[in-house]
Amino acid sequence: MTRALVLLRRRLIGSIFVLLIVVIGTFLLLEAAPGDAVDAYIVSTGGDAGMIELLRHRWGLDQSELTRLANYLWALLHLDLGQSVTFSRPIRDVILERLPTTLILMVSATALSFGLGSALGIYAGARPGSFRDRFLSVASLALYAVPGFWLGLVLIVIFAVDLRWLPIGGIETLASDRTGLDRAADIAIHLVLPVSALGFIYLALYLRMMRAGMAEAWRQDFVLAARARGLSRRRIVLAHVARNALLPLVTMLGLQSAQMLGGSVVIESVFAVPGLGRLAQEAVAARDTPLLLGIILTSAVLVILINLLVDIAYAFLDPRVGASEAGA
Amino acid sequence: MSRLRRFLRTPEAVAGTLLLAVLFAMALSASLLFPGDPQAIAGPALLPPFQDWSLPLGTDRLGRDVLAELFHGARTSLAVGLAAAAAALVVGAIVGTLAGFAGGLVDEVLMRIADAFQTVPGFLLALAFVSVVGPSLGVVVVAIALGTWTGPARIARAEVLSIRERDYVAGARVIGMHPMEIAFREVLPNALPPVLAMSSVIVAAAILTEAALSFLGLGDPNRVTWGGMIAEGRTVLRTAPFLSIVPGIALVLTVLSVYLAGEGIVETTAVRRGLS
Repeated sequence: MTRALVLLRRRLIGSIFVLLIVVIGTFLLLEAAPGDAVDAYIVSTGGDAGMIELLRHRWGLDQSELTRLANYLWALLHLDLGQSVTFSRPIRDVILERLPTTLILMVSATALSFGLGSALGIYAGARPGSFRDRFLSVASLALYAVPGFWLGLVLIVIFAVDLRWLPIGGIETLASDRTGLDRAADIAIHLVLPVSALGFIYLALYLRMMRAGMAEAWRQDFVLAARARGLSRRRIVLAHVARNALLPLVTMLGLQSAQMLGGSVVIESVFAVPGLGRLAQEAVAARDTPLLLGIILTSAVLVILINLLVDIAYAFLDPRVGASEAGA
Repeated sequence: MSRLRRFLRTPEAVAGTLLLAVLFAMALSASLLFPGDPQAIAGPALLPPFQDWSLPLGTDRLGRDVLAELFHGARTSLAVGLAAAAAALVVGAIVGTLAGFAGGLVDEVLMRIADAFQTVPGFLLALAFVSVVGPSLGVVVVAIALGTWTGPARIARAEVLSIRERDYVAGARVIGMHPMEIAFREVLPNALPPVLAMSSVIVAAAILTEAALSFLGLGDPNRVTWGGMIAEGRTVLRTAPFLSIVPGIALVLTVLSVYLAGEGIVETTAVRRGLS
């Protein structure tokens, strides 16, 4: 797989530049915020002018903007994101603590939307123009118009308040001392509603892409050839039409990752899931700009990594992809 | 008029357009039908809908008229959605044209910046921007546009790349037109149709982002927003779920009508290019 390696190297070099732009841009944006970490700290703890001076000096906030940017980049090279004022802990530790929750939420929601979306897309696209095709087309558009956070609230009203089948929020039952599989099952039950709220919105996207791709594939010569060979309709749909329509969906997985991450900010807030998105909201509320900067950077790295993985997967799935097309 | 006839024959497009017209009428008549502050107390708190015909949809936790809030919320939603989408389309078209027409280093730099914007989740960026500058209607518009201009920019660039090789562009060069003039008077207008075809999706996304921002309390505090109404109703979700559900339905209908009308227009004018 030397082609894949060349592709990987080119993407990595490009990613470093992109990441540098993200760091500098976000740093400058958050610099423009009125007040700094010291103000935020003093508001919560109280202190006099002397203490403010001392803290500014200790945290290096009395230096020029450029010096601080350079210091930040230098620290970043050592994977140091600085100290969080609100948590009084290294930002890296706070983020790493919250990241797994968001990852589980994202991966589950992606699996739901991709799996169910492409399956329904195949179902609709197998008979273009039929009633079920038109129905699913409009239904998916309606679903795509639903705000995720509102769907979350509706699901809470139905399944947690009225039916009492599922917990109203949180990631696990507090103070229950569960371990092993028992704990995993508890977390899974807590995740059903947030994953549905996040996943069902994007389901529509995959459904529509799959359907459009299949409509395209039906017109190709290889479908005609398959028919001429007397293959069953079922086999043509699955092995020829759907298979060819599936590839663009894989690319979409990468492109959607940033959206999914943004969507989880609101969903985590609705269901009180202690993940990265909720952390971002806490950072905004507490005016903890270094923490917010760290979260944005982590998300950017995550999005880049997911897209790299998708590219590699794509190179394996489609032998036509060469290194020359990798830059597109 | 065959285009209009084709448009009218698509029931989804007609339904979407009618619905959109109703929403615009709601937004425009909000001050006429419900003069005064929609955030003022109008009756007893938590009045259920369809009880008192002077307050048809009841009141919220503080006794505010839900129907009045709904009308004024339509105004905010549509205004922010349209303004943010317009900003994203204008910036995207200009950046895309510059990148595609200039090529070389300018192209490389602009596209890396676009990459950077696409790498950061748009909603997180909007959150950070609003929290830095402070919530107001204009800031929310800019915050949403920050996360959406890259799509139009990429499409405009791809279009410009093919247009700049055409004969009339070479002709414009020969008669000595300034490159900037060629880029913006000859190339940009011709690159617009596929960019404009995206506008319904962008307006819809902008409306949803605005709702999410105001749901998290980052909307303009002086204006009624549907997202803010949903957040407000959330505190009494167990006893009065309709307070959250009603503005949500308004949101769904708005976004859906934008999709349907947009799709109908794009399909009948046939500028659609391989996008689902």
